[in-house]
Amino acid sequence: MKEQLTQALGWVDARFPLSKMVKEHATEYYAPKNFNFWYFFGGLALLALVIQIVTGIFLTMHYKPDAELAFASVEYIMRDVEWGWLVRYMHSTGASAMFVVLYLHMFRALLYGSYKKPRELIWIFGMLLYLIMMGEAFFGYLLPWGQMSFWGAQVIISLFGTIPFIGPDLALFVRGDFVVADATLNRFFAFHVIAAPLAILALVGAHLIALHEVGSNNPDGVEIKKNKDANGKPVDGIPFHPYYTLKDAVGAVVFLMFLSAVLFFAPEMGGLFLEYPNFEPANPLKTPEHIAPVWYFTPFYTVLRAIPSIGGSAFPGVVAMGAATMIFFALPWLDRNPVKSIRYRGIEFKIALTIFVIVFIILGYLGTQAVTPLYEIIGRVCTVLYFAFFLLMPWYTSREKNKPVPERVTFK
Amino acid sequence: MSTEGVDKGRRRFLTAAASVVGGVGVATTVVPFVLTMKPSARAAAAGAPVEVDVSKLELGQMVTVEWRGKPVWVVRRTEQNLKDLPTLDGTLKDPAGDIIQQPEYAKNGTRSLKAEYLILVGICTHLGCSPTYRPDIAPADLGIEWKGGFFCPCHGSKFDLAGRVFNGVPAPKNLEVPRHKYLSDSRILIGEDEQGAA
Repeated sequence: MKEQLTQALGWVDARFPLSKMVKEHATEYYAPKNFNFWYFFGGLALLALVIQIVTGIFLTMHYKPDAELAFASVEYIMRDVEWGWLVRYMHSTGASAMFVVLYLHMFRALLYGSYKKPRELIWIFGMLLYLIMMGEAFFGYLLPWGQMSFWGAQVIISLFGTIPFIGPDLALFVRGDFVVADATLNRFFAFHVIAAPLAILALVGAHLIALHEVGSNNPDGVEIKKNKDANGKPVDGIPFHPYYTLKDAVGAVVFLMFLSAVLFFAPEMGGLFLEYPNFEPANPLKTPEHIAPVWYFTPFYTVLRAIPSIGGSAFPGVVAMGAATMIFFALPWLDRNPVKSIRYRGIEFKIALTIFVIVFIILGYLGTQAVTPLYEIIGRVCTVLYFAFFLLMPWYTSREKNKPVPERVTFK
Repeated sequence: MSTEGVDKGRRRFLTAAASVVGGVGVATTVVPFVLTMKPSARAAAAGAPVEVDVSKLELGQMVTVEWRGKPVWVVRRTEQNLKDLPTLDGTLKDPAGDIIQQPEYAKNGTRSLKAEYLILVGICTHLGCSPTYRPDIAPADLGIEWKGGFFCPCHGSKFDLAGRVFNGVPAPKNLEVPRHKYLSDSRILIGEDEQGAA
């Protein structure tokens, strides 16, 4: 039997580099042996993506992308389709889980300098993934055709309308009608189920290929490839499979336990994951009393609201919001400190990162709340601090007093 | 294969010719795909004018009708409302309506054909939410200066009872007055005026 299997593998290998690929990306891909808790989230992001794709395929079997039918078809899935509620909640809660994982994954990169040379492209592919993921979430949120779907899309598409000169035509073009309507729903469905997922899969491929080319960073920010044994394998590296596949499997189980808990006991998370006005069908004549985006967009939404309109145009706020997301791309070049890990960096970056995380959370909270004069001031202060983290980075990172970086990775 | 027999000029010519002709072909093919995303003929034709009967409208009351998928408000203003309008001029961004947000015949103090009836497209000029009608005087959340108007729940923009935007709010322009005309004393046609359809 075993001999036959070996033969079969040989037959395949002569025609497709199966064994070679398994070696390159698993059994002989050497990852640093000191990965800690933060290194679970890359694999978990992939798991979350698989959950979204699988549940999405099954939802598509019952969902109707038609303004007349969409809302009812989602309720049909929730009530009449066997286990439909589970698949639907897995998808809607899964979206939030995806962003929890992505934010923690990105925070890991900030902690250990994973965006720095030679990993700039991994970071850029990752940021592109993050942007498309936001688009994917936005397109998907319109599909249930509830009040929040409709008015959320109305506000976001109106953002395009504020661009000088081409704005109004661009907004018309995106909507495909003079208001958010059936044409908009239909095209968002196309983007959500085919265009964006294809781009996401391609970019995940690029993200991983780039990662496996340069090798993983680690909590010490030490390049393990600099220290190889006689066989040319890094002394501080262990094969990804079986060591990390097994470790990640345990992480995946724990993650799924948390996900299930939310899924079964608080799938709407008190209106945070699925907002209550979205249980009312879209009504183009009436905006809900209080509209807010889903939690993962709220930090940027607060930035948008913090900027007053200038010269009769809301465009500056839109620019600020765009800049708040795009500025992450520049991170590898804004951070001038050659030391990667926060463990060996000076106090300046530690303080800046702490402030940034607090500011990001406050901005996120404010985005879920109605505007009051006090919140407006806090929002503006936090917006300034948010941008200061990035724009002052070349200054404060070049004056850090680093600790000596060890030659080999450590265990803490 | 030896490179001696390679005709570089020929290769260069084929590369250039294929790139240019192929590129033009791809570029022209993109056009129809992009144009499919524009509003279709059906969507463009759906903008027929809407008739409103205001004979049952009480003083201070508002009705909402749908025109081109957008809410259009008809408000019957009280004498007091109309008296309050000029007193607000100093707190408004564009009290005279210099930024074109109304037909020429509504560029006046009340932004209307007949002062009693205010007709507005109920879409905030900031980011497209539909503001709430707040005729109550000096409510707790809008302050003691409030003489009635419209409040946008999305980003807090405020408009007076002529749809004129207040200073210090995110909305950049006054609310739009759609083209309209009176068919009789109590019947208004929205989306069409003496100059034709909007």
